[in-house]
Amino acid sequence: MSDRANGKPETGAFFPRDRNWHAPALTPGYKTSVLRSPQKALLSLDGTISEITGPVFGHSMLGELDNDLIHNFAKPGESAIGERIIVHGRVLDERGRAVPGALLEFWQANAGGRYRHKKESYLAALDPNFGGCGRTITDEEGFYSFRTVKPGPYPWQNGVNDWRPAHIHFSVFGHGFAQRLITQMYFEGDPMIWKCPIVNTIADRRAIEQLIAPLDWANTIPMDARAYKFDIVLRGRRSTMFENRMEGN
Amino acid sequence: MVQALGYLKETASQTAGPYVHIGLTPNFCGIDGVYDADLGTTMLNERTLGERISVSGRVLDGTGTPLRDALVEIWQADAAGLYNSPSEMRGAADPTFSGWGRCPTGADDGVFRFDTIKPGRVPFKDGRPMAPHITFWIVARGINIGLHTRMYFPDEAEANAADPLLLRVEHRHRVATLVATGSAPNYIFDIHLQGEKETVFLDI
Ligand SMILES: [Fe+2]
Repeated sequence: MSDRANGKPETGAFFPRDRNWHAPALTPGYKTSVLRSPQKALLSLDGTISEITGPVFGHSMLGELDNDLIHNFAKPGESAIGERIIVHGRVLDERGRAVPGALLEFWQANAGGRYRHKKESYLAALDPNFGGCGRTITDEEGFYSFRTVKPGPYPWQNGVNDWRPAHIHFSVFGHGFAQRLITQMYFEGDPMIWKCPIVNTIADRRAIEQLIAPLDWANTIPMDARAYKFDIVLRGRRSTMFENRMEGN
Repeated sequence: MVQALGYLKETASQTAGPYVHIGLTPNFCGIDGVYDADLGTTMLNERTLGERISVSGRVLDGTGTPLRDALVEIWQADAAGLYNSPSEMRGAADPTFSGWGRCPTGADDGVFRFDTIKPGRVPFKDGRPMAPHITFWIVARGINIGLHTRMYFPDEAEANAADPLLLRVEHRHRVATLVATGSAPNYIFDIHLQGEKETVFLDI
């Protein structure tokens, strides 16, 4: 896929990750991290061709209902139960440039807070018309949107009484393997966000606020669905103008 | 005052949680009919050039227990050492080889497995050849930000000894955590999240 800004693919290394902005690996308030967190220092290295490259996902792989969680698992003529919403936004990089062709995959609990998974034991009911997964690819200007129902909050085993705020999981695939990102989107106004041990793995309040989608009244469709706007920022790339040329180029 | 740089902050990572398979490999966990097939399950076809190999392994926590709710992605060059990517400027990669694979760790045994080809060598930034390697990315419940690492090949001792990344590993005994075991065509790469055998993870 070609770039967008100047017609040429980009080959610069990615900006280093701000490890103080992201959650650290070990966050005892989120208990599962204790035995799953590397304890030794990461080996820090400027990106090589193995990280600055990445696969391309074409729009042709998408099915018509891939970005419609209300209908993509529902029986014909039926739809998922819950508050109908549209989630939309833009994928940018740290330089503010659009990331076209980014593969976004999302998954979530149903309106009652129940996931369709055999390991899920919450007593809330499954919705026979809701699968809980969807995907889309950003357009030439980095925009995306999908339709779903607002997920419910759910309890989980961590502390005695921990609940997840309503959230949608996002997986984002930009242009380089080093941009790979998984995150979660929260909903404006939810008081449970600030009680959540997983949210609070992130120390910087501004980084948390960046995960909260505002209600987008302007884009709300009358008599149909409210809109939430969620922009996503991936790592930026250095300009290659001053890079050494690799041998053989 | 000076001009503002105006850079944005990267969206903070959050754990993939216990149900990452719903989103990324729904067919694997029984959500049928939404997608034809899970992405990343097939990397090649019969016309793909190169030596067929398999790479299997587990992701182990600090007690040595394999994770059964993890997801592993790999990215690698083709047999000629070219990436199937628009950012690959050195030539056109084998169009029948995606270079990218995705696999959940098994619900019973925690094993992932990729059927792929042995990658060719690609250059480091200064032009030195890197030893053949496969880039790994691991996410799971309890992992707050996806972990990057690499797998090198046990039958490439000479190339590994001169590999620019492996040379950067300060504690030399830890290089072994980046080298698969087994032998052609079936390699084994266990990833240890912590403990004595903790894999070298990359900030790259
Ligand atoms: Fe969740």
